[in-house]
Amino acid sequence: MARNDAKRDADGQDQSDVFRGTDSTDAAKRSTEKGISTRSVPAFVAGEELADLADHDGRVVVLTADLASANRLNDFGARHPTRFFNMGIAEKNMISVAAGMASTGLVPFVGTFASFAALLGFEQIRTDCAYPGMPVRILGHHSGMSLGYYGTSHHALEDLAAMRAVADLTVACAADANQLRAMLRASLDLPGAAYVRLGRGRDPEVYDTVPANFQFGVAATLRDGEHATIIATGSQVKPSLEAADILAERGLRVAVVDMHTLKPLDVDCIRAAAARGPVVTVEEHSVIGGLGGAVAETLADAGFPAALYRHGVPDEYVPVGPPAALYAHYRLDGPGVAAVVHEFLESLA
Amino acid sequence: MVTTLRSGDLEERLERHARDVRLETLRLARIAGAGHYSGTFSAAELFAALYYYQLRIDPARPDWPDRDRFILSKGHAAIGLYPILAELGFFDASELDTYTRLGSAFGDHPDMRLIAGVDFSSGSLGHGLSIGLGMALAGRVSGRDYRTYVMVGDGELAEGQIWEAAMAAGHFRTGRLVCIVDRNGLGIDGPTERVMAQEPIEARFTSFGWSCQRIAGHDLAQILDAFDALDDGDDAPPQLIVADTVKGHGVARMENDVNWHVGNLGPDDYEAVRQEISGE
Repeated sequence: MARNDAKRDADGQDQSDVFRGTDSTDAAKRSTEKGISTRSVPAFVAGEELADLADHDGRVVVLTADLASANRLNDFGARHPTRFFNMGIAEKNMISVAAGMASTGLVPFVGTFASFAALLGFEQIRTDCAYPGMPVRILGHHSGMSLGYYGTSHHALEDLAAMRAVADLTVACAADANQLRAMLRASLDLPGAAYVRLGRGRDPEVYDTVPANFQFGVAATLRDGEHATIIATGSQVKPSLEAADILAERGLRVAVVDMHTLKPLDVDCIRAAAARGPVVTVEEHSVIGGLGGAVAETLADAGFPAALYRHGVPDEYVPVGPPAALYAHYRLDGPGVAAVVHEFLESLA
Repeated sequence: MVTTLRSGDLEERLERHARDVRLETLRLARIAGAGHYSGTFSAAELFAALYYYQLRIDPARPDWPDRDRFILSKGHAAIGLYPILAELGFFDASELDTYTRLGSAFGDHPDMRLIAGVDFSSGSLGHGLSIGLGMALAGRVSGRDYRTYVMVGDGELAEGQIWEAAMAAGHFRTGRLVCIVDRNGLGIDGPTERVMAQEPIEARFTSFGWSCQRIAGHDLAQILDAFDALDDGDDAPPQLIVADTVKGHGVARMENDVNWHVGNLGPDDYEAVRQEISGE
């Protein structure tokens, strides 16, 4: 990416932030002085939050794979240089190194693109982090198809399915910056390994403050409604709230649940939603094996009839396009989710 | 804490420990019905020298933060490591009688969550050097001066992650990371130089920023000399010891025979091999 201030594409989707390139003196200056992260990449707060945590917790170390500027983990490196490790473009080594560090009592946070963390590094997460119970926290950012026209190599639409299958691994998706801060704080003393899925750093606000009552495995009901329940996770919480607003204008009151933790799963919340009425799961992930899969498994095990629709990316590789265009294409924006829910309810009528 | 000085009978004692490793490997493999004999026999002297001479460990305190770490990256040789840990007192030797049986702590590959004295679980080749690098970097973060030793197989050097770790160790100059290559020359399918050539091993590691020694891996004097020659500095280059060994060493029928990578001795053969190792 040539310049920070590169052009916006046709639908106004600025892709230039992906790598936060700093080839222009002005851009470099801006990034250090004003913090692009806190302005145009508001959700990439992990570096700053972890630096705050490390001020009081000597166990915290941070690793990344040549993406410190893209994920703003350099905000941590600037404040704690001896506890920050840029491992170069070698994700498998990075994850195993973190596991070795964790075995000595440190709590390593590892950040890289979700596709390379969860898919390239899958076996290292399974064998070196989860299986031996190492408290490594994998931060998989730019998840889903948020890297847009970078294409399938850079998309992570299978990561939740892969991570969910790993025993003793906490799997969670941050909906915005404030929830991410809550997750990072709660993760400090979480037993075992964790995979935390992040967006591309431009995620709009869902929580106006850091949720004080955040707990892994306890879903947050953000809106009540009796006609249906949307169970969403990560980047799809915001569009689901927007969809609920749209549907409310049509007289449909739809509950919205933020199922931020896919493992351990809040089974009681899912069962209660299904007992109330139809359920639609919404995720920026394949409809196979992620949130929708988890909810379907839960309801199947519950043994009572339930109306469930799994909304996400179908079992295919997505076409080239900017993120906003892809979200519209797959009806994973507010109006799209509203349409999907509405059609599902009509099909049940 | 184990502290050993080089004295006149040290090498004889280590030879006896190496012999015991081989005998216990026979016994445990019989419980399982099969075992990784030959890749364990190639490492027996290295195991003995590490655990009864080199490692700064305390079996009464397996979690001692300042202990040296040892990672058996070629985890399939764990059958030879367990008896040493038992003999040192990390756990009761009778527990080994459950080897590989349902619910046992002791499988073919070592599990750190179940076995005191195992510093990291292993089995998937190529991971151990990265794990060891993490431990070495963590020692730097926490200001501890322990060393981390990683034993890898020579066939294992074909794993790409080994070279990611070697590169990073050179980059960070983790002098307290020591990699030992059990250079027994054989993979499962044949000689490493035919399956996937590994030489020149020292030149490759040297180009990645390591210091290297090459020794005869069944010669205890050479092993001890190599350990004594290790640099103490935290910011020295990471240190490699290539130990030329013989796969199956100590049992004539197994030496340099790929068929004994995993095998099972019948009752008559078992007794003959036991006598051969015992020198009876």
